[in-house]
Amino acid sequence: MIKFLFKRLLLTVPTFVALMFITFLMIRLVPGDPIEVRRGERGISPERLEILRHEMGLDQPIWKQFGDYVWGIFHGDLGTSVISKTPVLHEFLTLFPATIELSFFAMLIAAGLGIPAGVFAASKRGSVYDQSLMGIALTGYSMPIFWWGLILVLFMSNTLHLTPVSGRTDLIKYFYPAVTGFATIDSLISGQKGAFADVLRHLILPSIVLGTVPMAVIARMTRSAMLEVLEEDYVRTARAKGLSAWRVIGVHALRNALIPVITSIGLQVGTLLAGAVLTENIFSWPGVGHWLTESIARRDYPALQGGILLIASIVIMVNVLVDLTYAAINPRIRYGK
Amino acid sequence: MVSETISLPKPRGAFASFWNSFSENRGAVIGFYVVLAIVFIAVFAPILAPYNPLEQFKGATRLPPFWIHGADSKYWLGTDAVGRDMTSRLMYGARISLFIGLSVMLVSMVLGVILGLASAFYGGIVDVIIIRVMDLIMAIPSLVLEILIIAVTGPSLLNTVIAITIVYLPRYVRLLRASAIAELSKDYVTAAKVSGVGKLRLMLVTVLPNCTAPLIVQAALGISDAILEASGLGFLGLGAQPPTPEWGAMLADTRDLMQSHPWVMALPGLCILITVMAINLMGDGLRDALDPRLRKS
Amino acid sequence: MKTLKLFGAVLLLGTILGSTAEAKSLVYCSEGSPENFTPAKNTTGTSLDAARPVYNQLVQFTPGTTQVEPGLAEKYEVSADGLTITFHLRKGVKFHSGVNGFTPTREFNADDVLFSFNRQWKDDHPFHKVSGGAFDYFNDMGMPDLLASIEAPDPMTVVMKLKTPNAPILANLSMDFATIQSAEYADFLMKKGTPEQFDQIPVGTGAFSFVDYQKDAVIRFKANPDYWGGKQKIDDLIYAITPDATARYAKMKAGECQIMNVPNPADLEAMGKDDTINLMSQAGLNIGYMAMNAQKPPFDKVEVRKAIAMAIDRDAILKEVYQGAGQKAKNPIPPTMWSYNNDVKDIPYDPAKAAEMLKAAGITSLDTDLWWMPVQRPYNPNAKRMGEMVQADLEKVGIHAKLVSYEWGEYRKRAQAGEHQMAFLGWTGDNGDPDNFLAVLLGCNKEGKPNGNNIPKWCNTKFQEDISKAAASADPAERTKLYMDAQVIVADEVPWLNIAHSTVFEPVSKKVTGYKVSPLGSHVFVGVDVAE
Repeated sequence: MIKFLFKRLLLTVPTFVALMFITFLMIRLVPGDPIEVRRGERGISPERLEILRHEMGLDQPIWKQFGDYVWGIFHGDLGTSVISKTPVLHEFLTLFPATIELSFFAMLIAAGLGIPAGVFAASKRGSVYDQSLMGIALTGYSMPIFWWGLILVLFMSNTLHLTPVSGRTDLIKYFYPAVTGFATIDSLISGQKGAFADVLRHLILPSIVLGTVPMAVIARMTRSAMLEVLEEDYVRTARAKGLSAWRVIGVHALRNALIPVITSIGLQVGTLLAGAVLTENIFSWPGVGHWLTESIARRDYPALQGGILLIASIVIMVNVLVDLTYAAINPRIRYGK
Repeated sequence: MVSETISLPKPRGAFASFWNSFSENRGAVIGFYVVLAIVFIAVFAPILAPYNPLEQFKGATRLPPFWIHGADSKYWLGTDAVGRDMTSRLMYGARISLFIGLSVMLVSMVLGVILGLASAFYGGIVDVIIIRVMDLIMAIPSLVLEILIIAVTGPSLLNTVIAITIVYLPRYVRLLRASAIAELSKDYVTAAKVSGVGKLRLMLVTVLPNCTAPLIVQAALGISDAILEASGLGFLGLGAQPPTPEWGAMLADTRDLMQSHPWVMALPGLCILITVMAINLMGDGLRDALDPRLRKS
Repeated sequence: MKTLKLFGAVLLLGTILGSTAEAKSLVYCSEGSPENFTPAKNTTGTSLDAARPVYNQLVQFTPGTTQVEPGLAEKYEVSADGLTITFHLRKGVKFHSGVNGFTPTREFNADDVLFSFNRQWKDDHPFHKVSGGAFDYFNDMGMPDLLASIEAPDPMTVVMKLKTPNAPILANLSMDFATIQSAEYADFLMKKGTPEQFDQIPVGTGAFSFVDYQKDAVIRFKANPDYWGGKQKIDDLIYAITPDATARYAKMKAGECQIMNVPNPADLEAMGKDDTINLMSQAGLNIGYMAMNAQKPPFDKVEVRKAIAMAIDRDAILKEVYQGAGQKAKNPIPPTMWSYNNDVKDIPYDPAKAAEMLKAAGITSLDTDLWWMPVQRPYNPNAKRMGEMVQADLEKVGIHAKLVSYEWGEYRKRAQAGEHQMAFLGWTGDNGDPDNFLAVLLGCNKEGKPNGNNIPKWCNTKFQEDISKAAASADPAERTKLYMDAQVIVADEVPWLNIAHSTVFEPVSKKVTGYKVSPLGSHVFVGVDVAE
């Protein structure tokens, strides 16, 4: 097992190196540089442009810039944003909790609704319930989420006033320092009455929007996994022995059916982060998705390099974890390919 | 035709059995007909559309569709912010979405098949490089990678297709590689190898046809995913450029009218949803029909 | 929520903050995060707005106008030759106490003024290089060429010597880049080893002191009890950062903010009808135009440029793109600016005549490009939509325009290099002087080469003579005459099509009193109150 872990981790090293190189190179291939973007219609004289480029180190040869960048990474320095002049790591860490929080609640909704729906649909296979649940799941799976988000805001917030429009907290009523960056935890630490409920209210709509596609995927997957398990001999035996349907489905079948579902949740981290870009855009959510798209627009090289590197590392690490879980469950993988 | 049917009864039989099990699935059949209708609209848009999708009718801007008060019967789905007929734009939009979906699917499938087979057959360093590159692509959130690629190449329809193709490549490569590796261990391949069949022939003639079922399913779902992805990019203003009537871009262009004229935004979104859903329904049917393991259960 | 609550964690911030239901809060829905909190380093309205509550300048604009009034300088004198300006500083002005662990030991004096200007001016100043040496406005306004010296003969007097007389200097010094920051705070941070915090956590003399900033979420200020202009009626000033205009309006409707920036033109109608919203407006100091590259045939011909201008239905553009939030432009300078020539005849919309004129010029069919900016600007709320409309108009007279766009910085650079044939762009004025429009946007150098900001790449000797003479003159009457004359030349030559001067609209809750919309597009919250 240790050997497998070591091998798996070793394999990620070239991926990381390539990742560093590619993000570095691609961002510099984007036309326009951060100084000119910042200047807008006012423009800049070539002499001053040279001075500022020199100051930012943009006039150095590419290989030197790359060298400095890699050198920095090995010293835990991801560089400093050219726009805000704050360290990229610091900026990432202030924004990332918002994204994690949103993704976590989206996943909670997705799994909390998707798994029961899948189990129920499988147990009533072919019935009206099954068909309508799977119809809903298919709709969710096919949903353009940016459109879905806008429609929900339009109805839930603007027309019915059920949920707040955007943001993470009610800024007038509550103010607490961002100790952890997770608004749910910070609101609890602050001890202010109603603050936690307020945070949840703000989370509802964005979580539903971001959770819609994973929810559909989970529901569909749970259903087919359940159907497969229900066909297995031990379930049939249990049924034949006269165990109640609920006991058969709830205890025996579900436990086995959930294994592929849970691993698929792990693999959805990348999808969630991509969805977060659009969701954060719609709900003015102060997360990394929004930050990355803005950094591209502003040609904030260090922010973009660092941000993509960090996010990709997380995705890679989660994938390694999923592989390890698999290997732990299924020894064949370890010794096979 | 008749003689062909007689002389080649077997393929027809395979197709008939496929069609039998496909048509068992009511949803799949509905999906199939909806897709057919959309393809029909896309192909015959110049004949079906009441107006030129680019023509601006002065004084007829932001008209609502027929069921809302204030509509003009000349434009039954209303007009957009500069007075272009929505019906016509949505019809032409079907062309663009299908074009994106199909071209992404075709290119990424062909490349995916080549890379996946190469990876499975040659193994060693070729395999490692291909798989590492695919891992790399998958490690960056798809939308961020696409935005980056388009930022480098400049926003256009073609570059949208390129960006999405790159992002979707790993799915096909991994699928093909896995299926091919599974096939390679089977007896018929060993037999073919022993009888001296060339590597290329082994790859394309012996192994590939046995990987087609999952490939077709993946391709069908790939079309709908590509359409969704492209509309997301269009929404961020990075897809098709004006005045192209791409659904996602139409949505983005009218985002400022969301509160005052919500229908302008509702219609393109609905078109995306219906198209994607129909293709997915069809894809589900295909999977059930082509994958015998699932068919039985 | 009746009791005043204190939180332990707040001590980490080095400040003690209170939150009670009774505290009066004003929430402003802003459009983005600031780059930092030092105005001298910033150029975007978003960043300047974010720092403004904290700071003052020596002289300042009276809210809602471009008039200059005393600020941190109680009074000032300009010498007869216009070369020396003496500022007498206000006494008893205190810097904010308790922000970022800093407690000032002295009141505001000349050291702070010298520090603030020298930081931008002198390369060897210890804070010049801190968080990058880009002091854009200081350079843009020509300060390095203009300043001879800045000295403090005594702690309460600052003497500024100029190399040449410059009439708009006081207006320029009212701009945000001339903000006065604390020299003592700078020393404090330097000793602490964290000089870069100087631009992140601001300490000033303004009506509000900085409390907290969470990127992309919120900026908080609280009223400065010791403000030299008197303590403000609102206790907490909150910037709710909301990049999407639709979301800002929705928040406004839900009472989540009281003032919002940059509304969607499409929503103005509904806002006007809303009982709870006071839709304030102010003619903007700007111009949106479509340049025709005079160095590229056939746009080198006046008749062609005129014909194209005639083919474009600007009334439709004003209706669909500005949606009423603007007025049709006939001159390059806005009508609120002095020397505006109202006698200039506007170009009529006449596609038939345009086609005729084009035919006379030998053009029946022409392939060209039309550039649209990828961003929303105050003078052009939707260049893409405008492009689509102009494209359709031009098609009718046989001109096939291809819509082209680049990323914003690239767009500006390529347009400056003259790669375009037709391009949209515009300008927002910095100080109310016509020179800031005519010379910057249509001027050429001595060799007859167009300036960088001259996007039509158009040079005219007579026009150039007029504006050069006007810039050198100190006589307002003479200047007015020359600028009026220059506008006639522009109207005859049509280097660009004047499209519109946009109106700045700001929806403000009816509960808010004392708020004034600035023609310069800035947001000032001094003197504002909120009714319960």
